[in-house]
Formats: sequence, C-alpha cells, structure tokens
Amino acid sequence: MELKTPLYEKHLEYGGKMVPFGGYILPVQYKSSGVIKEHLAVRNKAGMFDVSHMGEIICEGPDALANLNMILTNDFTNMVDEQARYSPMCNEQGGTVDDLIVYKMSDTKYFIVVNAANKDKDYKWMCDHQFGDVSFTDVSSQYAQIAVQGPEAKSIIAKICTEGSIPDKYYYCRFGAEVAGIPCIVSTTGYTGEDGVEIYLPAAKAPEMWDAIYEAGKDAGLIPCGLGARDTLRLEAGMPLYGHEMNDEISPREAGLMFAIKMKKEDFIGKNPMEEAGKPDVVRVGLKVTGRGIAREFQDIYDGDEKIGYTTSGTKCPSFDYPIAMARVPRAYKEPGTKVEIDVRGRRVEAEVIPLPFYKR
Amino acid sequence: MEFKKEALYAKTHEWVIFDGDTAIIGISDFAQSELGDLVFVNLPEEGDDVVAGEAFADVESVKAVSDIYSPVTGVVAEINEGLLDAPEMINDDAFGAWFIKVSDVTDKSELISAEEYEAFCESEEE
Repeated sequence: MELKTPLYEKHLEYGGKMVPFGGYILPVQYKSSGVIKEHLAVRNKAGMFDVSHMGEIICEGPDALANLNMILTNDFTNMVDEQARYSPMCNEQGGTVDDLIVYKMSDTKYFIVVNAANKDKDYKWMCDHQFGDVSFTDVSSQYAQIAVQGPEAKSIIAKICTEGSIPDKYYYCRFGAEVAGIPCIVSTTGYTGEDGVEIYLPAAKAPEMWDAIYEAGKDAGLIPCGLGARDTLRLEAGMPLYGHEMNDEISPREAGLMFAIKMKKEDFIGKNPMEEAGKPDVVRVGLKVTGRGIAREFQDIYDGDEKIGYTTSGTKCPSFDYPIAMARVPRAYKEPGTKVEIDVRGRRVEAEVIPLPFYKR
Repeated sequence: MEFKKEALYAKTHEWVIFDGDTAIIGISDFAQSELGDLVFVNLPEEGDDVVAGEAFADVESVKAVSDIYSPVTGVVAEINEGLLDAPEMINDDAFGAWFIKVSDVTDKSELISAEEYEAFCESEEE
C-alpha cells in the first residue's frame, strides 16, 4: 500500500496522473501538460514539484559533527550555519547506502534530507553507526517539501515571502523563512539543473503553500510538474539517481562523485576499500544515441561482441533531438567520441560517449 | 476523448477500419492519452506478416515502451513512414495517425464497437 503525501488531494485537483514511486503515490505528470511541456516549463519559466516523499532526519548533539564526518564521505567541518552540502553515505565495502544533503542548523544540530525509498534504511544505518553524544531523529512525517525550479522560480517565491527568506547563494538555506505566511525552510538547491529553491514546511500547511505558489507563479508560466519531468530534467543535468547510477554495490567514486568524497579525512565508513581499490576501473559516462532507438535504464552496452557495461538511466529528453543515457563502462571507454552499441530490446543501436552534464544552464 | 464510430476496437487499445480487403490500424485516442507524449515509433516493414493478438510495433513515451498489438492477421501492405520522424502526430490525432495498412486479412482478434470500447475504457480508468 502506497503512502499519500500531504499534497495528494491537490494533485487530483490539478489533474495529476498518479503512480506509485518510492513507497508513495505521486503524479508522474499532469493531464493538462504532460512530461515534455512540464520539462520545458522548468527550462524556460518555472515548475513546481511535490517532493514530500523525501525523508528528513535531524542529527543533534555535541558529537554531531564527528558522527557526520565518520558516517558520510564529505567533510562538514568548515560549514557555516544555514549552509548545505551534498554527500554520499557509504557502507564498509565502499558501496553507496544513499546520497543526501546536510544542512547545518548550528554547531551541534544538522538537518539531513534523504531519498524516499531509502529513508528507513538510512535512519537505521545512522543509528547503528552513531557514537558518543548524539541522536538521530526521523522527522519525515512532520515535513512536506515543494521544489520550485526554473529561471523564474526565485522571482515567483520572492513575491510571496518575507525579505531575506531566499538565500543569495547556491546551496544555502534559511531556517527562519516565511513563504505565503507559512514558516518554512527555503533552500537554494534542486534536482533539475536550473536555478530555484526547495521549500521544507509543516506537512499540514502543504496544500495552502501549493495553491499560494501556483497563484503567484501561473502568470509567469509556472506549472505543476510530475516525476516524469523531474527524471528527464535530472538526467539532462547529469545528476545521479540512487538505484540507477549508484547502489549498495556501486561506489560513489565509480559514479563520478569524487567532489563529495574527501579522502584526506582521517577516516570515514567506506574509506579503506576505496583507498585499496584506487582509481575506479568502471566510470560513469554520458551517451548520445546516434542510431534509431531509445536507450533505457539497464540495457547492455557492447563493443563488437564484447559486453562492456550497461546503461543506468536513459530516455529521449525534451531539450535534445537525440536520446541520451548514462552508463557504466570501463575507464578505457570514457573519452568523448568513443563509439559503442546499446542492446535496445534485442536490437543493437549505435551510441557515442559525450561529456556530462548533457545540459548546463 | 474521441471514440470514432467508423472504427472497431481491440481491448488492447488499437483501432481498425476495414476498407474493402484492407485493414487500417492505429492506436486509440484513449491509448495515446494514457501513454503521454510519444517520442519514438517502431513499425514493421512492408511485406511483413502480422498476426492477430501479437505485437507488430512499439511506441515509446518519455517514460515507457509499449507494444502495439495487431487486431488482424495478414500482410503489411503499407506503413505510415511519417510517424517515424514525427511520433507526436499520434498524440495530436490518434485517428489520422494510422500505423499500418494490412492486406490479405485472414483472421482477426475479438473486436468491439466504439460504444462498447468507450464503456471498456471507463471501466479501465476506475
């Protein structure tokens, strides 16, 4: 049985086509628009997404920082209050438990946002590996999350928020923000490759916030967007998705997330196997499909008769005339221009390695 | 939603219009609406055999691949090549955007009238 987010009734009212995802029932698209229109609205104007399925965990205590630095691969030492930082969380083998965002509330308190489908696993993992004077608390049920993304996103929110509610810089947040008269957290983060914000707010206030944002933005071209557009937008932006580009067996180094793995830290869970493995043999690349066909996730990649890897995500994205995919291949195949073939349901389709991200604003 | 009266329908959401010995086949307005924005179509070639109830083409939306089943058994006489470059034509006009014309029809699937099909779609939506 799938859970409903606090915005379930709103999705029905706005014409959402509901599908199960990550344990929740969420709109894949809305009847009046569809994936392509929703995607382009975010690229050109603005779109709003219900991402209330994401999990929120609070880490608090004098040893909070030490715990984060041990349990996560990034380094949280030099953060200022209200700063955000992305990080993978690894297991002892160096595989990825999840990827998440940490917001610093104070020197002893952090707000962590994790993937919906991994929430329980993550929370258990953190509790099983905590040490010293710290507590992890799953506060997911208290929060709804609405992402507003696109070049017009911030100016739309600016119309209905108190002054100072939107951080000036990328990857920051305001814990004392107020949007549409509702106290909330406004964060300059996103999963679309566009400018924008993500708003965390009390679950009960979500329907009211949803209507307020829509009213403030509809004349500027804002429309509600579903999971379909969220996926094509993140794929174009070359952003990894847990369960696709990484999983419990795939190291974030192989997924190309070196920027968020601080090997100089004294220790963290997963560091030893990563050090021993050295430079990964398998890498994440972008593929442009040059033949006739659309590559999808988990299709085999060939060089002649030899199977060399597989796609992790792929579709025909609205910003490009050709289908694109992300794939795991041996390092020798990572140079742009390298030609490979994808097995698209029994048919070989030609593709070529191109640089990531596919789309950059 | 259009349920064209001249057409017969398969419960797998294809429409077929019989024109003399030829069957013209496409997917229903309901089907295109459920599939969403179509971005790719794979068609058989002229001269290929199609079999009633078996897949003869596939269409892809941004999110998914769906097989299209032939409502008749016969030989592909003509394909709508325009669809290969412009699959969105199916979303714009599901009846205008026919997929294939089949000749030498020897068998067909269970087909229902527009009225019956409309009722069937309503029951599917619930």
